Amino acid sequence: MLARKNLQLNEHGDLHHLLAIEGLPRRIIERILDTAESFVGINEREVKVVPLLRGKSIFNIFFENSTRTRTTFEIAAKRLSADVVNLDVARSSTSKGETILDTIANLTAMHADMFVVRHSESGAPYLIAQHAAPHVHVVNAGDGRHEHPTQGLLDMFTIRHYKKDFTRLTVAIVGDVLHSRVARSQIHALTTLGVPELRVIGPRTLLPLDAERLGVRVFDSLDEGLKGVDVVTMLRLQNERMSGALLPSASEYFARYGLTPQRLALAKPDAIVLHPGPMNRGVEIDSAVADGAQSVILPQVTFGIAVRMAVMAILAGATR
Amino acid sequence: MSEHLLPDAELLFATLKERMAPAIAYDARLVGVYSGGAWLADRLAAELDGEHPVGYIDVSFYRDDLATSGLKATVRSTQIPFSVQDAHIVLVDDVLFTGRSIRAAVNTLFDYGRPASVQLAVLVDRGGRELPIAADYVGAPLIVARELMLALDRHDDGTFVLTTEPWKAR
Repeated sequence: MLARKNLQLNEHGDLHHLLAIEGLPRRIIERILDTAESFVGINEREVKVVPLLRGKSIFNIFFENSTRTRTTFEIAAKRLSADVVNLDVARSSTSKGETILDTIANLTAMHADMFVVRHSESGAPYLIAQHAAPHVHVVNAGDGRHEHPTQGLLDMFTIRHYKKDFTRLTVAIVGDVLHSRVARSQIHALTTLGVPELRVIGPRTLLPLDAERLGVRVFDSLDEGLKGVDVVTMLRLQNERMSGALLPSASEYFARYGLTPQRLALAKPDAIVLHPGPMNRGVEIDSAVADGAQSVILPQVTFGIAVRMAVMAILAGATR
Repeated sequence: MSEHLLPDAELLFATLKERMAPAIAYDARLVGVYSGGAWLADRLAAELDGEHPVGYIDVSFYRDDLATSGLKATVRSTQIPFSVQDAHIVLVDDVLFTGRSIRAAVNTLFDYGRPASVQLAVLVDRGGRELPIAADYVGAPLIVARELMLALDRHDDGTFVLTTEPWKAR
């Protein structure tokens, strides 16, 4: 893991690639969140563009489809005045047999400055970062079950916006933690930022076996786990999990783990509810909660643009 | 150069204020460039006659040296709590040197609207311009070695002092 950690930082200790939250020093996480604060104001102006990355070419390379994440990266890059090229690689070169590294070499020959990479295989962005030209920056936009660092960062931005101080919070992550790259990034970020109590709640079959060893409290009862929490993150229940032996049915899942107003009432009165989207209403979350006063799901999306702008601006300013 | 060889920033401030008082529009908005210019704009608004709303600009997102200097570690939020459209604006900065910060500040301003006019007030003009930019109001011109960064600092009681230090690498 040590080589992976170092890969993200240049010799000055600045962020050169964003591949994972794991191994990121607290000062870098906080710098990204602080910089994002300034971009929030830009996004509220009539002219939502700054010239910071003028002339830079950013390639969104999505080996796995994701319209939402790709769109937020695209908006972020455009608001920094970068030129953005979207590549739906899932449907092009790789299906003709080209390797990832050949795809990357070709794009580098087109003078790319930054790659935003989504891949179904954990570690794919590392492979690309290892082989990228020295001036090229890589952002992990989600790799397999591993991490989704910009989602983790925007979750931190959202939590900080509403709760200010991480060191007094109890945070619960509910659902399929085992298969969730969002959960993994969140757990690393929350731990680094000093959250004293972190809980994971879900069916035992969907929770990491070693969670307790990592200092995370494990609950298989949602009612028990929600008591007194400040922040609840609901994870999307991926439909493909339903087909295996891991879960009985969507309706039974909702009955046991769906977040309803009655259950949310067990948390602190001012608790906030996060969801990385896309939501399955009536599966992991009740519409009354998703659209309710404690939901910060849409602010997450808005803040996500500012956080991605901050990541790209900081990376583009780092040199090898 | 040690601090005591630099002119008294409070005297320069008094001169700057004296030069601005009869000349700026009665409703001119003052926009300070972080951080020295923001402190100056606050004091000018409080001490000049008339109503002068204050805004603040951080030029980090408009600079032309991202590739060589990177993004500044602490970026402040630009706050312009009034309409720039058709307003008379006085940009305020502590030290005018290459002119690049002011170029960036003017570009920032124009993304908020089309002002009726933009003027520039600086505490110190140290020469060394790399762009066709000049100040309308100057506290004093000052010759400082190129190797030194000249900046404004503020004591706890709000009074100003000029300082020099070697340029930071990043």
